[in-house]
Amino acid sequence: MSWAFDASRPIFTQITERLTEDILCGRYPPGSRLPSVRELAAEAAVNPNTVQRALTELENAGLAVGTRGAGRCVTGDAAVIAEAQRTMAVRLSQEYLQRMTALGIGAEEIGSILEEIYNGGKTQ
Amino acid sequence: MNAILECKNLTKRYGSFTALDDVSFSIEPGRIFGLLGPNGSGKTTLIKLASGLLTPTGGELLVDGKHPGTETKAVVSYLPDRCYFGSWMTVRGCLDYFQDFYADFDRPRAEDMLEKLGVQPQIRLNALSKGSREKVQLVLVMARRAKLYLLDEPIGGVDPAARDYILNTIISNYSEESSIIISTHLIYDVEKILDAYVFVNAGRIVEQGMCDTVRQETGKSLDEHFREVFRCYENR
Repeated sequence: MSWAFDASRPIFTQITERLTEDILCGRYPPGSRLPSVRELAAEAAVNPNTVQRALTELENAGLAVGTRGAGRCVTGDAAVIAEAQRTMAVRLSQEYLQRMTALGIGAEEIGSILEEIYNGGKTQ
Repeated sequence: MNAILECKNLTKRYGSFTALDDVSFSIEPGRIFGLLGPNGSGKTTLIKLASGLLTPTGGELLVDGKHPGTETKAVVSYLPDRCYFGSWMTVRGCLDYFQDFYADFDRPRAEDMLEKLGVQPQIRLNALSKGSREKVQLVLVMARRAKLYLLDEPIGGVDPAARDYILNTIISNYSEESSIIISTHLIYDVEKILDAYVFVNAGRIVEQGMCDTVRQETGKSLDEHFREVFRCYENR
């Protein structure tokens, strides 16, 4: 089972994005061990060097912490995770708003649509 | 860091035909490297020179700092583009053969991989399909603990599922200290696992680079980039 990649963007970026999402969604809880480079490379069917680079990016973002001789763990710092979650929420909202604006839907209508869906009305 | 493979003004002629023309490049260790080019561009010639099966007409080629010979053959694991085992040989016979020849052959590892493939050791090669024979050969080559793997068209004749198997075998057996050179024209299938590449055409190096850099700078896959580069060569 290999991961699907958009061939026209750097693969390491896409792996970083996916792992970030997995961390923020709790697939890898705070403080838990991340799979090794080798395990991830086999799962994603990509070069281990590419995975290594993606994990370095995660470390730079503060989401992963290298432990000597024991691979990498998800950060235990709740503030870092909360901030990353916030950043992602803002990004997703921006994307959503852009598309709604392109459809010519204003803030008020967006609000009512969201409210309706949130209250368990329409799911489509 | 010393290059695992270095070519300096490397030239190979077969009679009056020039297969490689003044080629210079080097490959750092720890990389999976794509030797990419259309049919007849000189890929196999380059790999045969690196494995010591051919000698250069001019220039120089160094493997791990040495000229190809007994010493380099001990650290280079070569997958040719054809099967060199006798079709009467059994899989176990091939394992014996490799164990006999190569000190770095990890037999238990090969046996484990063959078991996962569902290949019985007592079966003869001529009872296997072409695709299965290719997989057996790749298992043998990747079960060596070599410094450099030379894989000539490892995914040439097999179906997409077998390609995935082969690429996974390559990734999961490769260690960070070793390097792999994969020659192929099927770029779409291998580009995910490559770090770096050279494009060769008509015996010359056309371009050399890192795969993620191409994607970052051109917004295109390596496959699309290859098609573009080679389209302009056709128009010349």
